[in-house]
Amino acid sequence: MAQMTMIQAITDAMRNELKNDEKVLVYGEDVGLNGGVFRATDGLQKEFGEERVFDTPLAESGIGGLAHGLSLTGYRSVMELQFFGFVFEAFDSVAGQMARLNYRSGGVYNAPVTIRSPFGGGVKTPEMHADSLEGLMAQTPGLKVVIPSNPYDAKGLLISAIRDNDPVVFLEHMKLYRSFRDEVPEEEYTVPLGKADIKREGTDISIISYGAMVQTSLKAAEKLEKDGISAEVVDLRTVSPLDIETIIESVKKTNRAVVVQEAQKQAGIAATVVAEINDRAILSLEAPVGRVTAPDTIFPFAAAEDTWLPNEKDVAAKVKEIIEF
Amino acid sequence: MEKTKELQKVEEQFETFQILDEKGKIVNKEAMPELSDEQLKEMMTRMVYTRIWDQRAISLNRQGRLGFYAPVAGQEASMIGSQFALDKKDWILPGYRDIPQIYYHGLPLHQAFLWSRGHFQGGQVPEGVRIMLPQIIIGAQITQTAGVAMGLKKDKEEQVAVTYTGDGGASQGDFYEGMNFAGAFNLPAVFIVQNNRFAISVPVEQQSAAKTIAQKAVAAGIHGQQVDGMDILAVYAATEEARNRGIEGNGPTMLELMTYRYGPHTMAGDDPTRYRTSEEDDEWEKKDPIVRFRKFLEGKKLWSEEEEEKIVEQAKEDIKAAIKEADGAPKQKVTDLIDITYSDQKPTNLDEQREQYEKKESK
Repeated sequence: MAQMTMIQAITDAMRNELKNDEKVLVYGEDVGLNGGVFRATDGLQKEFGEERVFDTPLAESGIGGLAHGLSLTGYRSVMELQFFGFVFEAFDSVAGQMARLNYRSGGVYNAPVTIRSPFGGGVKTPEMHADSLEGLMAQTPGLKVVIPSNPYDAKGLLISAIRDNDPVVFLEHMKLYRSFRDEVPEEEYTVPLGKADIKREGTDISIISYGAMVQTSLKAAEKLEKDGISAEVVDLRTVSPLDIETIIESVKKTNRAVVVQEAQKQAGIAATVVAEINDRAILSLEAPVGRVTAPDTIFPFAAAEDTWLPNEKDVAAKVKEIIEF
Repeated sequence: MEKTKELQKVEEQFETFQILDEKGKIVNKEAMPELSDEQLKEMMTRMVYTRIWDQRAISLNRQGRLGFYAPVAGQEASMIGSQFALDKKDWILPGYRDIPQIYYHGLPLHQAFLWSRGHFQGGQVPEGVRIMLPQIIIGAQITQTAGVAMGLKKDKEEQVAVTYTGDGGASQGDFYEGMNFAGAFNLPAVFIVQNNRFAISVPVEQQSAAKTIAQKAVAAGIHGQQVDGMDILAVYAATEEARNRGIEGNGPTMLELMTYRYGPHTMAGDDPTRYRTSEEDDEWEKKDPIVRFRKFLEGKKLWSEEEEEKIVEQAKEDIKAAIKEADGAPKQKVTDLIDITYSDQKPTNLDEQREQYEKKESK
């Protein structure tokens, strides 16, 4: 089996689907000849031609509208937003238009669009590049929001996203792109959307997370093991819709939970996970559900980023606090 | 504002294209489109029908039997003339006011009424009818049109995608992005701006320093033209030419149709007397598209009062029947809406919510 970084796995997924379905198109800013600013589409234009993989003018709302219109004529778009902080420019297209297309046409039209975009802190990007905006997207019915935590999942989830008949926001944490390699099959496979995964079994507490914070949580769990605490790590993989069943099953087993997200605390995914646990498993709990998040400020300028972002020590400390409650 | 010579030069290129003047006389013979007597009569029939529909819709709205409605009287030549120049396999992406065009493109009348009432069956476009639902966000349809046009081009279909917005829509960023994309990819798209002078209450002079909206096409590098939107022959001819430009591979066109809405912006409480004078209304009513086309047809002995009366009666009957059909639609349920939120499998939490509403609805 091949060893791939997450970015290689993502390219591989797109290559697979471009081969598999001639209606699949890949486009965005700099994705053609240049292969994308992170090289996610590297070589795809050469392999599949300018009709299938192409650059657009620099206008995010235009890219979103293009994807919407192409859906009406039967095309399946994989559009890249160069950085997810730019989604505001395309917010109407994504959340206002594509997400409601099936609904407003009573099921006659649908938007099979994958909106791929890098995001995430810890890489010292300029403003409006790193923000975790998945909470905004997750509040939109009709839209699915997927955030992989490793190369294997990234490939399988992206293939599922491209094949899905509804719009899927597929967020790629920049720090995960090249930070490690994973065994990734070269042949095609899918990882289902809307299904969480237990990344590490444990008995004392469930750490529920997604994206880069899964890696942080796994490191924290290793540390905690040395202190005699057995933590289970649940990777949501899809943050909307949530896999409530897997979350609740895990909490019922461990009786304690900490939810970890890189995004700010207010509203958001972690808050929803906590609410679902309260609704469905409160009598299984030995302690309140803890939350580890960034503070409620705008994403900081680069010099303060490392302190601002939650890290494995924050996760471990919160776990201990909940265990000792 | 003082205009530079360069800007003046640009603006001078955008004179209003007209074929039929206010008295019903042909003033531009060479531009006269090739239309049979039957086609000319059909265009008139559709304008009369649309005027009656508009009157009925306003009254039904006042009775509480219709939902959202945006009056169209005054804009019949723009709406009917442009749609009449299209092929059934061309796509239409309308704005919220552009219901007549999608009706004549194939959306059944009772569905237009259901859409107005906010019933989801109104949006269930029949198979093979190439329209989008009326767009509410000003300008969103413009970028989407570039996408549809790209799909048509990729499929090597000799068709175009046509979209409509108003003068206010031309102020949106999406207006430029859509035209710019269509130009950059050389797509078969036609962008129609029905300049009816007011974006709700704000006059077009306050929308932009540009003398015409048509000249905005220059910035996108595409063809732009200003047309007398009260002259159905000019609207038809300009749209036909734009369509041909698209299918011949010569790129998109933006048309600015100079028109006027007689009524309020919508029936939801807008009062045009707050921002328009009766003199202005009178002036535009002198340009009425139906009056002038009637004179033209009467001059060719193609039209009579009796004929028009028959159409009026037919329109009233059709509308009555369509309202009855719309009344017969099943009561809209929240469970139906839950079922159409996703096209693929429903998330489990939505399944649970469906159960709750099923119970609520069975009470």
